[in-house]
Amino acid sequence: MLAELRKIQDCTIINQSKYLFEIECKKSNVNVVLKKLKDHSHFLFDQLLDITAVDHPSREFRFDLIYIIQSLKNNKKLILKTYLKENETIESITSIYKAADWYERECYDLFGVEFLNHPDLRRIMTDYNFEGHPLRKDFPLTGHTEVRYDDLEKKVIYEPVKLSQEFRDFDSESPWEGMKNDLIGDEKSKIDKS
Amino acid sequence: MKEVELNTTTINFGPQHPAAHGVLRLVVELEGEVVKRAEPHIGLLHRGTEKLIEYKTYLQAVPYFDRLDYVSPMCQEHAFALATENLLKIEVPQRAKFIRVIFAEVTRILNHLLNIPAYAADIGAVTPFLWCFEEREKLLEFHEAVSGARFHAAYFRPGGVHQDMPEGMEERLFEHFKKLPKFIDDLEELLTNNRILRQRSVDIGIISKNDAIEWGCSGPVLRSAGVPWDLRRSQPYDAYDKVDFEIPIGKKGDCFDRYLVRIEEIRQSISIINQCLQQIKPGDVSVEDNKITPPKRNQMKKSMEALIHHFKLFTEGYRVPEGKTYNAVEAPKGEFGVFLVSDGSSKPYRCKIRAPGFAHLQILDQLSKGHLMADIAAILGSLDIVFGEIDR
Repeated sequence: MLAELRKIQDCTIINQSKYLFEIECKKSNVNVVLKKLKDHSHFLFDQLLDITAVDHPSREFRFDLIYIIQSLKNNKKLILKTYLKENETIESITSIYKAADWYERECYDLFGVEFLNHPDLRRIMTDYNFEGHPLRKDFPLTGHTEVRYDDLEKKVIYEPVKLSQEFRDFDSESPWEGMKNDLIGDEKSKIDKS
Repeated sequence: MKEVELNTTTINFGPQHPAAHGVLRLVVELEGEVVKRAEPHIGLLHRGTEKLIEYKTYLQAVPYFDRLDYVSPMCQEHAFALATENLLKIEVPQRAKFIRVIFAEVTRILNHLLNIPAYAADIGAVTPFLWCFEEREKLLEFHEAVSGARFHAAYFRPGGVHQDMPEGMEERLFEHFKKLPKFIDDLEELLTNNRILRQRSVDIGIISKNDAIEWGCSGPVLRSAGVPWDLRRSQPYDAYDKVDFEIPIGKKGDCFDRYLVRIEEIRQSISIINQCLQQIKPGDVSVEDNKITPPKRNQMKKSMEALIHHFKLFTEGYRVPEGKTYNAVEAPKGEFGVFLVSDGSSKPYRCKIRAPGFAHLQILDQLSKGHLMADIAAILGSLDIVFGEIDR
């Protein structure tokens, strides 16, 4: 199967193990590649397992979009990776895998990746009227709002989060391993004396 | 312009409804009593597990997995442990593999012993519920004996299992599983040929083979549609390649088939456990590398190095080499997968959890179309929905 995978255009194989392949391609090719992987008799990746993203805020292509598919006939799983810039959209794959519906909704909800031509792109996990995309790295762990039941107003009200204790994020990495080796004045030793 | 009169009623099913198996809100469009559309609204139990895990070390992330599908805790720890071990490139000792398989199967029995009677209760039978809870309690005692907790075990850890089974455990398990098949027979006597159960479940919620694959179904739902797919067989992990078992499949893919598949899976699990008990040998239960698993208690009293290791493990944790992996196990509900990304630090950079129930709930609309309102409860029960894992 590996030889056949190599033949797919604009697609590179990153990794492979006994049951798992890992390939990547450009965003514009995702639909073509997935269609081929699903229908071609060499692959028959007939089941979509998951769609998710990984957020790298410092990179130009901020999101890695991950598709995990499985072939029951060939007993293989495959991870397809593609890259997206922050405000870029991508074509939905619901026309290829019906199961993509909810997975794309989830990805949109938690990461803010928009899928074009999705039949019903709404939030799925978070609260009604929620704002923001919680799995982005710049979204705080505590969130922005908290809810409580107000006895006077007789309803649940939303308020900005108040932390009674400062958020604790322990940096427990070893001091000598985490330290960068440049102390003040070090640069002097590097000056070329000649 | 012609006026069209709509005869449909839209009702809200849940989020507080005993047959919704948790906090499911269904917006159901009915024509008379016939379901036209059933739209699940999920996320009411969303706790942001994936986000929380990004802020915890690998060891601290383990207990979150118990709390996903709280009916089958150990199977989910299993997926996380395998994914982490895959990134760390370590192999756990034989005994740990067997213990994991034994307890993964105990968990499977526990799960099915909850789902089957809960399903029966949804469609009118109360007795199995009481019977099975007694039996579950006995099995939970084994959970407690090895891990100290009945449900939230945190027992399968990256690198092996937390501690060895107590003395005499093998014999006790063996004795117990000699008696269990009799109980399953009794349970079947109550249910399998029961007229009400059959009327309520045969030909209800049929899913075809192709649809089941297309919609990403796995586990008993996929097998009941006639696809002999089981990760324990096709991509064996831990000691599953050393045991022999059969994969029950259904013919029609209706609610009754799903029930039958689960009953047979309990029997196969008992057989797997017995085979493991015959093959298991004394030995280590976790990798010896103290950079990953904590040193023994008595070593810590004597050795400075062991003490440092212990301290470092429980503060900083261990570092996992950069990389990403997807590891899946055959959880009682289907394929439970963990997609883990590491950036080389001691905390996961991203941990995506693939829950089988998420895919199954997605097909609820199709399955219930054209059935009666009351059948929705039967279909939900037969899909084995637990919101801990769907909402995460």
